[in-house]
Amino acid sequence: MAIAINGTDYSLPDDPRVSLLDLLRERIGLTGTKLGCNQGACGACTVILDGERVLSCLTLAVQADGRAVTTIEGLSKQGDMHPLQRAFIEHDGLQCGYCTPGQICSAVAMLGEMRRGDPSYVTADLVAGLGSTTREEIRERMSGNLCRCGAHHGIVEAIEEQLVGDAA
Amino acid sequence: MTPFDYRRAADQTEALSLAAAGHCRFLGGGTNLVDLMRQNIEAPAALVDVSRLPATIDVTSEGGLIIGATARNSAVAAHPVVRAQYPMLSRALLAGASAQIRNMATVGGNLMQRTRCSYFYDAAGSRCNKREPGAGCDAIDGLSRNHAILGTSEHCIATLPSDMCVALAALDAIVHLDGPMGPRSVPLLDFHQLPGTTPHIETVLRPGELITAIAISPSAAAANSRYRKVRDRSSYAFALVSVAAGLDVADGRIRDVRIALGGVAAKPWRAVQAEDVLRGEAPTRENFLRAADVELAAAKPTEANAFKIELAKRTMAAVLGDLTGAGA
Amino acid sequence: MSKLQNAIVGGVRTAMGYVPSSWLPGGTRDPLIDKRVTLGTQQSRVDGPDKVQGVARFAAEVRMDGLVYAACVHSTIARGKITELDLAAAEAAPGVVLVMTHRNAPKLALPPPIGMTNLKAAGNNILPIMQDADIRWNGQTVALVLAETQEQANHAASLIVVRYEQAAARTRFEDAKADATTPDSLMIERNRLKRGDTDAAFRNAAGSVDAVYRTPWHNHNPIEPNAATIAWQGDRLIVHDATQMLNGTAGSLAKVFGIKDTQVFVSSPFVGGAFGGKALWDHQILGAAASKLAGRPVRIALSRASMHRLIGGRSQTEQRVALAADATGKLKALLHQGFSVKPPHSVCDEAFTLSGRSLYESESYDIVQHTLDLDLLANTFMRAPGEAVGTFAIESAMDELAHDLGIDPIALRLRNIGDTDPVSGAPHSQSDLRLAYELGAKKFGWDRRAATPKSRQDGEWLIGMGCATGSFPYVRMPGMSARITIDSNGHATVSSAAHEMGMGTATVQRQHAADRLGLPLDYVTVRIGDTDLPFGSFAGGSSQTASLGAAINAASAKLAGDLLRLAGNDTPLAGLRANEIEFANHGLRKIDEPSRYESFASILERASRSEISAMGESGAPLEILKFSMHSRSAIFCELRVSEVTGEVRVTRLVGAFDCGRILNPKTATSQFRGGMIMGLGMALTEETLLDKRNGRIMSASMTDYHVPVHLDVPEIDVLWTDIPDPRTPMGARGIGEIGIAGVAAAIANAVFNATGKRIRDLPLTPDKLLSD
Repeated sequence: MAIAINGTDYSLPDDPRVSLLDLLRERIGLTGTKLGCNQGACGACTVILDGERVLSCLTLAVQADGRAVTTIEGLSKQGDMHPLQRAFIEHDGLQCGYCTPGQICSAVAMLGEMRRGDPSYVTADLVAGLGSTTREEIRERMSGNLCRCGAHHGIVEAIEEQLVGDAA
Repeated sequence: MTPFDYRRAADQTEALSLAAAGHCRFLGGGTNLVDLMRQNIEAPAALVDVSRLPATIDVTSEGGLIIGATARNSAVAAHPVVRAQYPMLSRALLAGASAQIRNMATVGGNLMQRTRCSYFYDAAGSRCNKREPGAGCDAIDGLSRNHAILGTSEHCIATLPSDMCVALAALDAIVHLDGPMGPRSVPLLDFHQLPGTTPHIETVLRPGELITAIAISPSAAAANSRYRKVRDRSSYAFALVSVAAGLDVADGRIRDVRIALGGVAAKPWRAVQAEDVLRGEAPTRENFLRAADVELAAAKPTEANAFKIELAKRTMAAVLGDLTGAGA
Repeated sequence: MSKLQNAIVGGVRTAMGYVPSSWLPGGTRDPLIDKRVTLGTQQSRVDGPDKVQGVARFAAEVRMDGLVYAACVHSTIARGKITELDLAAAEAAPGVVLVMTHRNAPKLALPPPIGMTNLKAAGNNILPIMQDADIRWNGQTVALVLAETQEQANHAASLIVVRYEQAAARTRFEDAKADATTPDSLMIERNRLKRGDTDAAFRNAAGSVDAVYRTPWHNHNPIEPNAATIAWQGDRLIVHDATQMLNGTAGSLAKVFGIKDTQVFVSSPFVGGAFGGKALWDHQILGAAASKLAGRPVRIALSRASMHRLIGGRSQTEQRVALAADATGKLKALLHQGFSVKPPHSVCDEAFTLSGRSLYESESYDIVQHTLDLDLLANTFMRAPGEAVGTFAIESAMDELAHDLGIDPIALRLRNIGDTDPVSGAPHSQSDLRLAYELGAKKFGWDRRAATPKSRQDGEWLIGMGCATGSFPYVRMPGMSARITIDSNGHATVSSAAHEMGMGTATVQRQHAADRLGLPLDYVTVRIGDTDLPFGSFAGGSSQTASLGAAINAASAKLAGDLLRLAGNDTPLAGLRANEIEFANHGLRKIDEPSRYESFASILERASRSEISAMGESGAPLEILKFSMHSRSAIFCELRVSEVTGEVRVTRLVGAFDCGRILNPKTATSQFRGGMIMGLGMALTEETLLDKRNGRIMSASMTDYHVPVHLDVPEIDVLWTDIPDPRTPMGARGIGEIGIAGVAAAIANAVFNATGKRIRDLPLTPDKLLSD
């Protein structure tokens, strides 16, 4: 009965009301994951659960029993930032920094979705799937992560750079 | 959030036996239920977590699909058969919520989504007949721009927010259930209830009953289908109006047509009257608009949501028009 | 404000007219305008690594031993009295430490209101807090629960039953107009401006427009909710807050709790978005009061719903604009009148009538605005208060007039901008809106715009282009101070109780200090974000860069003199006066004889000092009384409107800004875009929904209040004139707010160009475009 968070096992909370978000922030002290709306409307609390992006505010911690969670703190390896973290700085894909960890976790998992060809609402041909990646595709797929400062351009550019890296 | 017991079911049998204890809710992705519990709108004594029951998507020999209730919305949307043979379902799912929520939300849970009426959500400060039968409805004379125009009652004008259900309604999906009185199947069109005098009763689900799967059958209209969602912002918003439609035209005549509307009623609104008008007719814009007029004739809007009538008509005609010209 | 204030400001302005510019702040051109090394270059944020790795610490993330969590219970009526409070179930609920209501709350003084004369004030909602049974707005906190966990606190709060005796409440904008009041002044300007004969102008006009524009309530909705982690250490109050008013919050809490300013420590190193919504509201006071009662540290992190009930937003406005012009487009009359809400407990005039009269010369003016008193939570400042909504009205009207006259909308505007301030006649410190329009029009391709509405179409999508002017005044706050410390390695630390809400405060001021002190960037550290640092004024009115810039400049001058004295006679600098030396290459040198030089490290070593510090302060901003100082923008929009659904999709925005020198193009571009994106939200989707029947906010979530999502945000090009303002530190003017101004009008004007439909009522939602 444990959750593997960034490779370390943590025991489940006694109170099943505790969300994965509150477990991370208030009980384990991993405050990189942010609380924005606490009702699934902003994306600030996005974490990666068994490889897929989810909202930790709407996930009861007990539901993550036996599963692997990666948070923003888990993306840096031995102090080395994830390429996307570096790209966010380079492209200024942040201002206040509060939505940033959620944007980055969301984008890391989103890159996986795009690489395996999952369609989005704006994908023109569902059968053919993704053609060349457009900014519109990135924007639609990232629309679950709100940013109030308006750092959208830097975010999209930073993500796009990773996809261009793929093609090269 | 009121304290509750949490149990995870290892299989369907265990789920049903855990639920037999009473006053429990099944937990799928939790994307709606956890929020409703946090808002003190739902307070079950126990949650039976069914989210780890097998999430299968099986293709039948006829090309139909049996989608396990715990299949994630994202998995269904990305399934190659759904994309090729039921594009309106794939698009409807992709139009819903955000990628994160689609990764969490189950098909069964999507069916059980509750309204986003802001008076329903304001448990502390507003009256709602859904939350508290007989309390009254603050929405009817209140801020009702997002509310229903069809199938309303004097007790409730809430809408069902699901996109997926709109496509499933057009596809004549069958909902498979299992419960204390054994398994049964219900057409999706009969699954959700109009408010009438009992707006708190939203589905035909019986106590302890579990949604186990959704079945859809192939058709030419399903393969040539679309979903269009009209909303205030371009993504991550509930529908003002949405249209799922499939069209099969042969020899210049409409052989089969399926139309359902979202954002207009407490259930996915199958446009039966419009379909009747269109079947056997030529697929022209005039006919599409005429059919839309017939379907929306019974609409009873408030001052704030009267625009939905015109919006629904135009969107319906536009989607059908697109289907006439396009492959998928 | 008052008649007295008008008289004082008027008198000072008159006097300033006679004072030579050189005597005033900004009288001497800042040498950094011409000698930039790192200023003007692209620099990534110094706090970027902390933010992208989730290490930057926000207010609700401070760990404390014995911390308890707060949850609020809000009133559900707008006016009346609490008659019954049933707390038994809550008090008995697991984990509950305290239930605080008006029955047991400590005595709390009113918070001092935010104002221009008291920098130790940050109060927004000047009402007694939990001091009596009175209910004054729908959403007021009637009980606060503390419990061991947030889940326990929230649950216990839901168990509290409150009964009320309801009184008649005033919650309807329309009804309140009959009792509107007319303030004498708005900020430091007179409210009424009546000049010339507007009636005659309309009679003789070749073209005219007379229309009413409406903007709804807005909420800031930063992604970080308002939150504070609070503890008492004896009689010392520790507040880890999310605030753009550090010292104001400390001073206000001191007054509320009857202690000295120095007994309050406020820390806010990172703020997760503010936009005007992060100053002192009830929650910090309630949290501190409850902490005192419980004897435990408290975390009060507002839920998104509580935010909507406790943090005020931008007032609804109704604005009439009437313009009359001759056949060439020269304005003969400019009339701008209307209403906004400002209850007596609010501190914010939504001064929407100031931008038009600062922009356009007219033969006659008739300008005045009125305020309405409603039983609502106080309204407050939100990004470009006044200008954001004011430019929507005036710039929509200018577009209507251009259409009426058959004149290009840009030409109409340029015909009417003044060489001096249109009302006072004061000279501009720097102003080149014309160049902004030229740059923007070229980048945007304005020449491809069809003058006739509804003439471009792509399938169901009607395509249109529009433009509008944005405007925001220059503000520099007095009292902002900074300390520069240079250590024995020659490393400089600049410290000030300044704020970082995403603007890049430390990043840009590090560039500033490096250039000012003749140091490379990595020799400078900037420390901001708590009240142990030198006194900071608020981060508002786009003033912080200028205010802190002035403080650092003053500190550097003091430091130069101190270093010179410390250097003594045994130095190449011996005998020089302060005005003969400059900072360069890690030290000081004679301006016209660079070989007379000594490094900081050498001066300190010889004096056996480990460091030297100097303080400086931003002085009285008299320059804004002598000069007309405004930033301007030319905003361009291209968009598509669905003929089927009425959906508006903006495809391109261009903003050309005349804001003085740009200090860091990378962060500045982000800030301009950020403002423009908030303008996009204001234009298309944002609206706080107030149920008129009971004053309850029904859009108290991010599901119901639609801020733009990624897919809403189009390509946005940002350009600037980069002409230095010779009256400001570094030649720069603030850029935090100008971005939003004009955007909603540019979008509404483009919608008209696309569809022929003029929507005067924000937001531009599909329902409004569907109707014929």
